[in-house]
Amino acid sequence: MAFDLDTGQPLLSVRDLSTSFKSLTGWTEVIRDISFDLHAGETLALVGESGSGKSVTSLSIMRLNPAGRTRTSGQVLFEGQDLLHLSEEQMLRVRGNDIAMIFQEPMTSLNPVLSIGFQLGEALRLHRGITQAEAMKEAERLLERVRIPAARARLSDFPHNFSGGMRQRVMIAMALACGPRVLVADEPTTALDVTVQAQIIDLLKELQREEGMGILFITHDMGVVAEVADRTLVMYKGNMVECAPTREIFANPRQNYTRALISSVPRLGSMAESPAPRPFDVTDRETAVQSTPDFTVAPVRPDEAPVLEVEGLRTRFPIRRGLFGRLVGNVHAVENVSFDIRPGETLSLVGESGCGKSTTGRSVMRLVTPQAGSVRLGGQEMVGLGRSALRRIRQDIQMVFQDPFASLDPRSRVGSSIAEPMIVAGLDRELIRQRVGDLLEEVGLSRDMARRFPHEFSGGQRQRICIARALAVRPKVIVADEAVSALDVTIKVQIVNLLMELQARHRLSMLFISHDMAVVERVSHRVAVMYLGEIVEIGSRAAIFSSPQHAYTRQLLAAVPVADPGVARDRAPAAFGDLRNPVKPPGYEPPRRSYRKAGPDHLVRIDEF
Amino acid sequence: MLGLVVRRVLAAVPVLVLVGLIIFSILYVAPGDPAVVIAGDRASAEEIAQVREALGLNKPFLLRFVEWFWRVMQGDLGLSVFHGTPVSELILDRVGPTVSVMLMTMLFSVVIAVPMGVLAAWRAGGLTDKLVVGLAVIGFSVPVFVFGYILAFIFARELQWLPVQGYKPLSEGLWPWLRSLILPSVTLSTLYVALIARITRATLLDVLEQDYIRTARAKGAGQFTILFVHALKNAGVPIITVIGLGVALLIGGAVVTESVFAIPGLGRLTLDAIAMRDYPIIQGVVLVFSFSYVIVNLIVDLLYILIDPRIRY
Repeated sequence: MAFDLDTGQPLLSVRDLSTSFKSLTGWTEVIRDISFDLHAGETLALVGESGSGKSVTSLSIMRLNPAGRTRTSGQVLFEGQDLLHLSEEQMLRVRGNDIAMIFQEPMTSLNPVLSIGFQLGEALRLHRGITQAEAMKEAERLLERVRIPAARARLSDFPHNFSGGMRQRVMIAMALACGPRVLVADEPTTALDVTVQAQIIDLLKELQREEGMGILFITHDMGVVAEVADRTLVMYKGNMVECAPTREIFANPRQNYTRALISSVPRLGSMAESPAPRPFDVTDRETAVQSTPDFTVAPVRPDEAPVLEVEGLRTRFPIRRGLFGRLVGNVHAVENVSFDIRPGETLSLVGESGCGKSTTGRSVMRLVTPQAGSVRLGGQEMVGLGRSALRRIRQDIQMVFQDPFASLDPRSRVGSSIAEPMIVAGLDRELIRQRVGDLLEEVGLSRDMARRFPHEFSGGQRQRICIARALAVRPKVIVADEAVSALDVTIKVQIVNLLMELQARHRLSMLFISHDMAVVERVSHRVAVMYLGEIVEIGSRAAIFSSPQHAYTRQLLAAVPVADPGVARDRAPAAFGDLRNPVKPPGYEPPRRSYRKAGPDHLVRIDEF
Repeated sequence: MLGLVVRRVLAAVPVLVLVGLIIFSILYVAPGDPAVVIAGDRASAEEIAQVREALGLNKPFLLRFVEWFWRVMQGDLGLSVFHGTPVSELILDRVGPTVSVMLMTMLFSVVIAVPMGVLAAWRAGGLTDKLVVGLAVIGFSVPVFVFGYILAFIFARELQWLPVQGYKPLSEGLWPWLRSLILPSVTLSTLYVALIARITRATLLDVLEQDYIRTARAKGAGQFTILFVHALKNAGVPIITVIGLGVALLIGGAVVTESVFAIPGLGRLTLDAIAMRDYPIIQGVVLVFSFSYVIVNLIVDLLYILIDPRIRY
């Protein structure tokens, strides 16, 4: 990538920035003495785990922290003036005009009741003082710049009419409205699928080349850092750990924490020679000493009978409109999905949001009722089972969900949460108490934590509790639905290792639903790739990752950011965009699909283009 | 958008029919035979039967309902037993004062309460907030008649700025009309000011925490724009709901209100009709009240669609 670094005066110069929040007990310092420069045309990455203070840093620069509960000291020099000493009115002229911002959640960062055109035009009306009509014209041009098709027609649409990727484009257009000198992007791609993430990153880079903006790019993803940043500032617990050119950070990290952070990033392609899943090496955050877990996951015996067999699974959701609930279409969430899992085997379901992988998991669990197909668990058919038979058979298949904050009852002690499946199963009370303690120890917590409430635990610990709950009734199969997606890298590594360790110990089978290709490569024996409700490719991990056959699989793998700034990116234009949708008119039947064999354990859908 | 409105309006039709059926049934089973009343105290059984025949009171229930509903739809609510004039005329005569008090009360409540709630949410935890919340508690808990008497004592008796009671129609001039409405409206609005201010404050507090508010601030929008453009519209649905409820309560409360302030509206008409067992009037007024509930609900639903583009019926 070519860029000319302006070595002269920095655009933005932050010196000894410290911020404290008021809490019940007094003032707590959340960031300490942060200093950096940002030049025109340069991208500086602010990287760290959740709670490291990277977002607080950006909000402190913009003076957007809640007034009255925040204290900020230091200097934020922009064009020679210290933003921290401006009056609120002066600051209003800086925000959105000189310095603009994009946020993480495109789904919640746009106002749901104001039209896109209004929101796009707002910054212009505020800072340029132009009329509504002029603002609309400009808004249309902005939408075109971020490559939203049919821009004029979409101005009167509302945010809920847009997909996540499209909303993030709208956010970017909004931020660019007044041609800001500095763009602060706070995790702008974290909530997006990898292919959409790749598009947004490319778009940002292109716009930066045109405008020569300085970008402060906040992220926790080292892969994204390697791809976008000229320089990188690593933060840990509110402190600056180190700040250096990105290549140097990766090639020659000086601090232990940086080293730990980089080495804990799952890397795609690191498993090429391994016959079975392998636990991640664990790096200590303070000392950067690496250790390899002392267990191994066994390869699966191909002669063994499958424990879970899914055949021709189909789940559709009707869309009804109007007074009499007329059927206007169906969401074809899962179409003709077949796979099986043997004892001790992990099958990963990968694909982007909306591809039907979660619905597949829920259909297998019978949390939603599939319209057709069969799910056999240990030889017994689950589709069509009555309530009590279903309750019995669910002891053999349990689920771990994505959000460890939402999937535990906040008013119930974790011990009771873990005990619940056993109470449902009708176990003896004393036995249950004993087993709750055992389970907590097994997932790396201690027995006495059973009496605590979920809010007393961190995200990683809560996910351990959820895993303990899933294990309580000694299931044969665990369905892990994006179970590590919400966690920080270092925690993610620990939880993935825990799942693998439990699998090795109990010969658990796992249906691992994830969009994170690097983690999938690590944990899976076999992988199935889903697109628009169908499996497009399924096979052994080696087959999928070393010789992907289907065009969508290739696109998915190519979009994964590589945590190595030396690797040149060569991305083909996306053929499978985020615009395709699984809603079809009533009576629509998907075409009959056939699959070809691409290897001993490798099936690829034949598509006619 | 238009299709949506039409669908929602059509959905109100079966509700109106059902309401009509219920009102008709209640009067059908109500004690006291209208034929006996109309025929007079000294009528023979035969005369009563004749009256019954003449009024069609011996026809089957459903047939009577259909005939009655058809007439109602044409604006024919029957004749008042006492006055002998059409009920629809009587109601039309009395609708003005009731609607005036209701609209004035709601207007007053909204104009005072919404900015109060917004201000409280903006200054949450501060002195302004505490003041607003405190006033709301007083508004909730002081009985309307106490407050009414205090106001009447100060402004009507001592200062003599306003009439103690009574109503002047708009045809007598804007100022006399307004003057006659101020006391009852202000008194009645205390409860609604409290209610609307609190719901505005609570909803807005929630909305102000949302990500899109931060986005608006990052754009450089000032406090006023944030509060009244970005936040208030998002808080609109619960606020409109409470206002709608308030209007409905005011319609129902007219019976009490109008006797307290001596306003010759529908409430008074009802009271007089009950005293004289003038069934056609009672039926007519109840029907008008019920239909206006349905209409208020319809308006509230249509406002939802207008405020929140995500709401679809």
